[in-house]
Amino acid sequence: MSIITETAKKRLGSRRRAEKRFKLYSRLAILVAISFLIFFLYDMIRTGYPAFTQAELLVEVSYSEESMEIGQLAVDEEMERLVSRGFLRIIPMRMQADPALLGVTRDEWVLAVAEVDQYLKGKPNRLREDERETVQRLQDEGRVKMAFNTGFFVNGDSKLPEMAGVWAALVGSAYVLLLTLAFSFPVGVLTAVYLEEFAPDNRLTQIVEVNINNLAAIPSILYGLLGLAIFINFFHVPRSSALVGGLTLALMTMPVIIISTRAALRSVPGSIREAAYGIGATPWQVVWHHTLPLALPGVLTGTIIGLARAIGESAPLLIIGMMAYIPDAPHGVTEAATALPAQIYTWSTDSQRAFTERTAAAIVVLLAVLLSMNALAIYMRNKYERKW
Amino acid sequence: MNFSQIAQLLVLGMAPLGAGSYALCRAKARPERFGGAKFHSPSWYYGWYGFLWAFLPPLLLAVASWILRLAGLRPAPDWVLMALAMGLGLAGLVYAHRSVNPELRARNSVEGVIHWTLRMSSVLSILITVGIVSSVLFEALQFFSQVSLWEFLTGTAWSPGTAFLGAAGRETEGVAKPLFGSVPLFAGTFLITAISLLVAVPIGLFAAIFLSEYASLPMRRIFKPALEILAGIPSVVYGFFAAITVSPWVVNTAQALGVRADYTNALSPGLVMGVMIIPFVSSLSDDVLNAVPMSMREGSYALGATTSETIRRVLLPAALPGIVAAVLLAFSRAVGETMIVVMAAGLRPNLTWNPLEGVTTVTVRIVDALVGDQAFDSLETLSAFGLGLVLLVFTLILNVISAYIIRRFRQKYE
Repeated sequence: MSIITETAKKRLGSRRRAEKRFKLYSRLAILVAISFLIFFLYDMIRTGYPAFTQAELLVEVSYSEESMEIGQLAVDEEMERLVSRGFLRIIPMRMQADPALLGVTRDEWVLAVAEVDQYLKGKPNRLREDERETVQRLQDEGRVKMAFNTGFFVNGDSKLPEMAGVWAALVGSAYVLLLTLAFSFPVGVLTAVYLEEFAPDNRLTQIVEVNINNLAAIPSILYGLLGLAIFINFFHVPRSSALVGGLTLALMTMPVIIISTRAALRSVPGSIREAAYGIGATPWQVVWHHTLPLALPGVLTGTIIGLARAIGESAPLLIIGMMAYIPDAPHGVTEAATALPAQIYTWSTDSQRAFTERTAAAIVVLLAVLLSMNALAIYMRNKYERKW
Repeated sequence: MNFSQIAQLLVLGMAPLGAGSYALCRAKARPERFGGAKFHSPSWYYGWYGFLWAFLPPLLLAVASWILRLAGLRPAPDWVLMALAMGLGLAGLVYAHRSVNPELRARNSVEGVIHWTLRMSSVLSILITVGIVSSVLFEALQFFSQVSLWEFLTGTAWSPGTAFLGAAGRETEGVAKPLFGSVPLFAGTFLITAISLLVAVPIGLFAAIFLSEYASLPMRRIFKPALEILAGIPSVVYGFFAAITVSPWVVNTAQALGVRADYTNALSPGLVMGVMIIPFVSSLSDDVLNAVPMSMREGSYALGATTSETIRRVLLPAALPGIVAAVLLAFSRAVGETMIVVMAAGLRPNLTWNPLEGVTTVTVRIVDALVGDQAFDSLETLSAFGLGLVLLVFTLILNVISAYIIRRFRQKYE
């Protein structure tokens, strides 16, 4: 006779089923999160990918006396509505720069207007029926091609979707990144060194520590309010400039750098410090010659991760006015500038449909930048970090 | 002196002067120049001693004049100040060079300066907090001197639209009085936050359980960083996703079910924000689950419990404080999140529990008040700081509580 009774068997069965269910839930949770991530990335790339190619039309351009005055007259009336105004606008300038062009009539590959581009990509557009027929005819004649969209990477912002690019925003982001690094890295590392290696354990040190942890958790938009009230209104740093953006984001990044630097310093074993003290080094020499160099990979990893977060931040930038319309890359840190996330926001609020795919394309660029920064951090951690 | 003048002085004047001083003083600190006497410190310390004497006095002067200028005072024309700064630097150089001799304790002086620099930079982090609190508080007080705190906290109508008339001294022109009742904003914030926590807490908690209890080591190595990616994606990107992909999907689904949904509904930003804060719940929960001692698991297994019973009856109760702290952190993160709601939630203050209607949040209103062309001291702009103050106090309280819980939890098991 078995010692396991019927009821016990039943109970065992239900317990096993409960176990399976629970395991299933936990698997499902991770599956949901990961599949969201995959779908999300797929959706961004799918929406943004078309923006990397752009329609161009082979159009007869006549550089005549009239078109020197009014660029629109250089092309057929029928074509005028299909060709980007951005191209027609520069015809007079081109002719002034090169007088030999006068009287020349030739076929040129010219940027099409965004509506044509959208039509050719099979997206909703506002082309009239006759315009669609013209585009169709041009396509049959082989006068339409989808070219790689170089303009997207070399142009600044524009009201014409086909002319808009991320270059100005990239330059702005680069300025902001460098300034953030310049302000937050030295102060952050010095603070961490002080707290970890020099600070006496007193009330003030405790306040500083609690304070830094709180700073790391303050919503980013409040840093924007700080930037507006203190940097712009009190210190009169120019509004919308990369300088005020860099300062604001530096304050946001500093706690991250402090926390990761402290962790890196803490992981350096005490025996190294003691050996250095043993041969007569001063506290500063111990830090500068031994502890800090050994902790450097961890410090840099934390810094890169903090910077990656800063470069994707946009809420404080909106508050300090870095979402301005910037058609040209800024030439200095006090000029009005925009950053990539702010550019994404500006484009996403534009009512023209053609901006949707550009927004997604800018997102793909931003994600690529962030991914390479994080990959660099992980590579450095794996390559240089030592386990003691 | 203004900022660019200081920068010029720094690069063209003080940096070369300091470098020159370093070279001169270091060159002088050689035993053969003092009859073979042994120096107190290594020679580079004398170099740095010279550098600091040539560099710090002009720097202090420049900073002092800059602060005076911000305070509206200009003690002397800029060129006088610049010349004075360079003169000070030169004097410092000469003094340092003359005082270099074997007895001079250059190392002690240089390291003293370094210590002060370290101390100053750590105090700077307190200054930042003071800056944030005071900038928000000062403007908020101005706001509350014109709008009563009671009306702000209990009013159910938010329509600051006509506030600019008041600023222009035209408030009596028969237009409706601006109203600053923040209840609908907070209701909207909590509605969206609640939706996001409904997504993030179960998924994050189960994901943490999977990672810490069920997953093999290679799986853990793949899935843990993959989850962290979710927290690394910029919120403006999530906002775009919520507005372009999730909102239409929510509207279509609602239509198919026969319910009407606004295009800017509370559900889509809530869902997307929930996904964004999953890693906040999961990685901290994962940490605390791992911190529960192995002996507790083994004790439970020894009594014949299954893995899930061990998790539910032993691990989760033991790790509960840490999990609560994780949820609080995620909560504070969701309350302060801006871009997702700016892009996907509405602008209309709306007191409702229906997640398919558009609501607005505190952060949306802060952005909206500050992005327009309002004058800085208009009531609408100031209202942003009033809202910011509430946001600051709220998130600070949440953070302090969760930090306290985590510390208690660590003490228990370490």
